[in-house]
Amino acid sequence: MKTLGPIYLIAILIFLYTPILVMMAMGFNASPLYELPFHFSLQWYDALWDNSILLTAGLNSLVIAGITAVLATALGTMASVALSRRTFRGRSLLQLMLLPPIAIPWLITGTAMLIFFYWTGIGRGMHALLIGHVALAIPYVVLVVGTGFKTIRADLEEAAMSLGSTPVHAFFSVTLPLLYPSILGAALFAFAVSLDQFVISYFLATPGYTTLPVQIYSSIRKGFTPEINAISTVLLLGSMTIILIFARFAKPGDTSDKR
Amino acid sequence: MQNDRLISASERGPSGPRSRRPLPSWISTTALLLPTYGWLTLAVFLPLLTMFVFSFMSATPMGKAPIIFTLKQYRAFIDQPYLVGIGITSLLIGFWTTLFCAVLGFLAAVALVRSTFGKTREMLLILILLPFWTNGLVRVFSWTMVLRENGFLDSLLHMIAPDAGSIGFLYTRYAVVVGLVHGYLPYMILTCYIALVAIDDAIIEAASSLGARWWTILVKILVPLAAPGLISGAVLIFIPVIGSFMEPRILGGRVGVTMGTVIEDQFTQAFNWPLGASLSFTLLAVVLAIFATFSGVLRRGTVA
Repeated sequence: MKTLGPIYLIAILIFLYTPILVMMAMGFNASPLYELPFHFSLQWYDALWDNSILLTAGLNSLVIAGITAVLATALGTMASVALSRRTFRGRSLLQLMLLPPIAIPWLITGTAMLIFFYWTGIGRGMHALLIGHVALAIPYVVLVVGTGFKTIRADLEEAAMSLGSTPVHAFFSVTLPLLYPSILGAALFAFAVSLDQFVISYFLATPGYTTLPVQIYSSIRKGFTPEINAISTVLLLGSMTIILIFARFAKPGDTSDKR
Repeated sequence: MQNDRLISASERGPSGPRSRRPLPSWISTTALLLPTYGWLTLAVFLPLLTMFVFSFMSATPMGKAPIIFTLKQYRAFIDQPYLVGIGITSLLIGFWTTLFCAVLGFLAAVALVRSTFGKTREMLLILILLPFWTNGLVRVFSWTMVLRENGFLDSLLHMIAPDAGSIGFLYTRYAVVVGLVHGYLPYMILTCYIALVAIDDAIIEAASSLGARWWTILVKILVPLAAPGLISGAVLIFIPVIGSFMEPRILGGRVGVTMGTVIEDQFTQAFNWPLGASLSFTLLAVVLAIFATFSGVLRRGTVA
């Protein structure tokens, strides 16, 4: 058992990382048909700079992720304040209502958005993508900030108020500074959720306004070249970096540890 | 509106006049909640409702054509029997993916809890979860590099046996399942890990000091006590898998026809939105039924 465990875990890690590493390596291989033997080349990364379609899509993705992070964090933090610190009727129902964007397959949510936005005249494109992405990111923000709230003692705020602070002032000068790590973590998370979102974007993008994952998908279906490996590597390393920074803030997976 | 008032009140700070009576708490609670739930209503709940209405239309409403309501879209499973087969394929892919994730993931969680400690364990957890939070599309794409003819798998084989043929199995249902297991395995490891670390070591020590073999400990103690983690993981994997479409599309090729790809086609190729809506809604009904069945277990597993 004691030796089998580490060996098994290493096997799992090999399973998880082999395809990713192979994909990354092929972005540095000169052959356009992914042929071996391996000849190191940066030509596919060079080619990215001339591929205006991929570059524009990448820029769109970053802009959408940035706006999504700001909006979702603002709205989600507000909701989290009410859900974590107040007691009122219907609170558990409201908490339940946060689940559909996470739990219902995005194919269903995405096609529903497409129908609704078409029917109401909202249409597709950047604004539609933003509406969708913010909605998907809000529940994660509420969860992350809500976890942050659990680590802060409510009586600190009460102490401030009993010393003459208004509730609002107590929140902004006592609770909010303590919450900053969680809020920053939530914003990073929202950014990553939006950056990696493909399904919703796929249904809401227009031919003129796409995001990087949507563009990658259509390239894969058309027949791909190592350029796709290069841009995928950039995207993967980008979101891994964000998640690692997030992990330093919020320690996901550590939920069971007592704080 | 009410937000502005909240913010201006904060700017006034404690030194400002406090003669004004504080707002009733329900007003500020509503103000805090309204933006989030308004947004979710616009982006998720109204669209789902609209899709429900669309699923009863006879055709995609275009121009001035009259809208006729019908139940025919829901009869699709009877009128187009091939859909039944596709539905079964989707459920089978969901079943096998969930089963493989459960076995591999549970054992990985046991290995994490029983044979790693402190910093090593923390690092392993992050390494396992890291791919999960990266782009799923890119990860699915990366499997085409491994499984294609003369891909990485074949190269490995040819290093050992240069004359062997190709064992690449891209564009089969096996490839779809492998890609899906790769995508969702970290989920199962996490839910099982959370359930397993909560088990008191003393129970296992007691069992082994009384002579229980590791197999008995696994089956009689660990699996039953970690069942909530296993079930939450299974539900949270099965549901997205039966709604997946890019994995079967990319890894399954022509044999990768599932409910997900059929629904995708209705919206992107066939432009039969009402049929797409009714299929989406049928899928949603299945999803909600699963959630309702396991809601008790899930609540214990996720709220913690």
